[in-house]
Amino acid sequence: MARTDPKKDVVIVGLGWTGSIMGIELAKEGLDILALERGPDRSTVPDFKYPDVIDELEYGIRFGFMQKPRNSTITVRRTLDEQAQPMRRLGSFLPGDGVGGAGIHWNGQTWRPMENEYRLRSYVEEEFGADTIPEGMTIQDWGVTAEELEPFYDRFEYMAGISGQAGNINGEIIEGGNPFEAPRSRDYPLPPLKQTVDALMFQDAAKAMGYHPFPRPAANASEAWTNEYGMQLGPCNFCGFCERYGCINYSKSSPQTCILDALKRYPNFAYRTNSEVLKVDMADDGQTATGVTYWDEAAQEQVTQPADLVILAAYQLHNVHLMLLSGIGEPYNPATGEGVTGKNYSYQLIGGTTLFYKDVEFNPFAASGSSGISIDDFAINQIDFAEEGFIGGSYITAGASNGQPIRGISLPEGTPEWGAGWKQGIGDWYGHSMSIGSHGSNLSYRDCYLDLDPTYTDPHGRPLMRLTFDWKQNDIRMTQFMRTKIEEIARSMNPDSWQSSYESEGARYDVRPYQTTHNVGGSIMGTDPDTSAVNRYLQAWDKHNVFVLGAGAFPQNIQYNPTGAVGALAYWAARAIREDYLPNPRPLV
Amino acid sequence: MTPRFLQTSRRGFLGGTAAAAALTAMTPPVRAQDLPPLEDYQPEYLEPVEWAFVMAATARIIPSDGDGPGAHETRVPVFIDRQLAGDFGAATDLYMEGPFNPDADIFLGTQSPLTPAEIYRQGIAAFDDWCSGELGAGFANLSPADQDAALTALADGDVTLAPELREFWTLLLQNTKEGYFADPKHGGNAGMQAWVFIGFPGARANFYEWVGRDEEYPLGPVDIAGDRA
Repeated sequence: MARTDPKKDVVIVGLGWTGSIMGIELAKEGLDILALERGPDRSTVPDFKYPDVIDELEYGIRFGFMQKPRNSTITVRRTLDEQAQPMRRLGSFLPGDGVGGAGIHWNGQTWRPMENEYRLRSYVEEEFGADTIPEGMTIQDWGVTAEELEPFYDRFEYMAGISGQAGNINGEIIEGGNPFEAPRSRDYPLPPLKQTVDALMFQDAAKAMGYHPFPRPAANASEAWTNEYGMQLGPCNFCGFCERYGCINYSKSSPQTCILDALKRYPNFAYRTNSEVLKVDMADDGQTATGVTYWDEAAQEQVTQPADLVILAAYQLHNVHLMLLSGIGEPYNPATGEGVTGKNYSYQLIGGTTLFYKDVEFNPFAASGSSGISIDDFAINQIDFAEEGFIGGSYITAGASNGQPIRGISLPEGTPEWGAGWKQGIGDWYGHSMSIGSHGSNLSYRDCYLDLDPTYTDPHGRPLMRLTFDWKQNDIRMTQFMRTKIEEIARSMNPDSWQSSYESEGARYDVRPYQTTHNVGGSIMGTDPDTSAVNRYLQAWDKHNVFVLGAGAFPQNIQYNPTGAVGALAYWAARAIREDYLPNPRPLV
Repeated sequence: MTPRFLQTSRRGFLGGTAAAAALTAMTPPVRAQDLPPLEDYQPEYLEPVEWAFVMAATARIIPSDGDGPGAHETRVPVFIDRQLAGDFGAATDLYMEGPFNPDADIFLGTQSPLTPAEIYRQGIAAFDDWCSGELGAGFANLSPADQDAALTALADGDVTLAPELREFWTLLLQNTKEGYFADPKHGGNAGMQAWVFIGFPGARANFYEWVGRDEEYPLGPVDIAGDRA
């Protein structure tokens, strides 16, 4: 069975953060818009309501709000000659599905990259010389600057009601903020959140060492907030169930709390759930898309949906998958370095040190997703790459985001994993440890990329996407450098004991333990169609009516959580479409 | 000292009022002592010999002696049986298309063609065979010391299992801890005893006043059903 539906002006693939932003910005233009979401509909009530969602097993452990590998997964290998295996169970990262996407289950850290991260290759070459870049590293410039994007970060942060403390307003350094950040035009919309005991201890220690601690920018409202769309947030109550959960309290910025109810009021906007887009359809001349084909789960039929403009707003992995399946951009070939789609996949390299204090009550369950204190004294713009022997940087941070016991109780080295010793350990140590983490960059490499798997298929019979990725020496050196800095701070804090966990020389990528859902690249932006998949406005170079949003645009990963940049780029692309593309549809570059 | 009002249980606080009667009728509190004895539980998935194994193994993974409840007091075996009988056991969410390469590098994740329920079934049988051969009896009939030695061998990879059973110990250990700490609605953590033991307040989900205070949180846990401990 198959049907063809009436043509729309715009079809949006995926209704998470970027699909919602693009949806409301284009709905204002009066365009007839259809958003297609592969997962179910989701609203604060009934899907996130108290107490049902406060169920660690169902949502924290069994991943109730995440994509099901049975429906959608990838294969993974570490090297070009390894046989890729399907990711049968979720682990290393947790893409969402359903309305709101990963925007419902994030913790809410909302950063802006450093100025030099947008032009990393140029920066390294200018400051340290081209020979600082090791063989096989394929870092590139984004094609946009911090200055150009500033108004769009501002827009996203005010829309999402971010709590934080500015460190640099139009070049003036503000005490208590991050003095190393790119200049911003004004302060955050909301003041910083209250801080937990671990964050306060870290703040004191960092200050005593001469560092510059500041509150983490948080998409957990510190006070009531009403945004430009009339959507309202209430103050976060530190429920301790943020990441992996929908917010019970209308406090975490998400498409649901910040955009969707306003968007649904536009009569020219509609969305369909349980509707997975299978491919983008192409015109015979290969220059433009004609719409999409999707699977309508309720009707059990394939639907051809014509549209003048196609917005890929799914998760990074799924956008790249659709591009590879649909012939958008030349697939990247690691043997020649040619081709663009799937190029420069990168991830995030994190590490941490855990400190134990028998006599401190950390009450880790009293937590918001993103309260906490960070320092950027070892950020990517503070390090001499030539001297240290790596390119990259990290923020260093403390502040527990939950105290959920199944997800893990830190125990001192030597505590057994089971038996009487384990039981005594959890009784002694629950609530008596804290950690200081490094959240570091991960750069791009010639043999880290995405393509179609030759063996495994999804329920629609499409090839799964294949990820080829492993840790590289440059990034291991970065995380080991951060280890030395964090351990100095940890020692100064006089814990009863402490232990570290960082990737070390020879480390291989392990898909099993959760790391971060900060997958980037594959649909990278840039200034040259030979080396990037989309132009600086996120427009596909070779299909001018296709725009590809999300972290796939990052040519290498930043040292920060990606959502701030993802949101800013969505507003940046929306502005280009509204003001430049719609009046005269064409390649914008 | 904990203020008196903070020590009051819901039963005491609302006792004798019509509202309490109505609330109680809607969500009858399930307290550990009200549940039928663990020995009388009729497993949904596990066969008798498998149930005996899960009872014996969880009692060593989280023993009853020492401070804090054990796996039996918290009804972890009930949790495991219910998980195996449900979506988790059936691998409902997992990608289960072949080809399967169960001996692929472990860093690439589980590659077993078996569901978790099947891994328990075949894993228990294989491990019991190993115990009989090495220690003279099936696991459930070993002394506690021998059971600990057998589980140590299993955890250390010293028990030769078919590659498709490679996850057996990881699942058993993980599911045991899940049953200990999960909300009681899932069948384990009876009476929220594990939460009381470590000081986790369960589903209270509102701690604004406690942020940044280095002092012991005074309230006991509440669960999703609204019961308190």
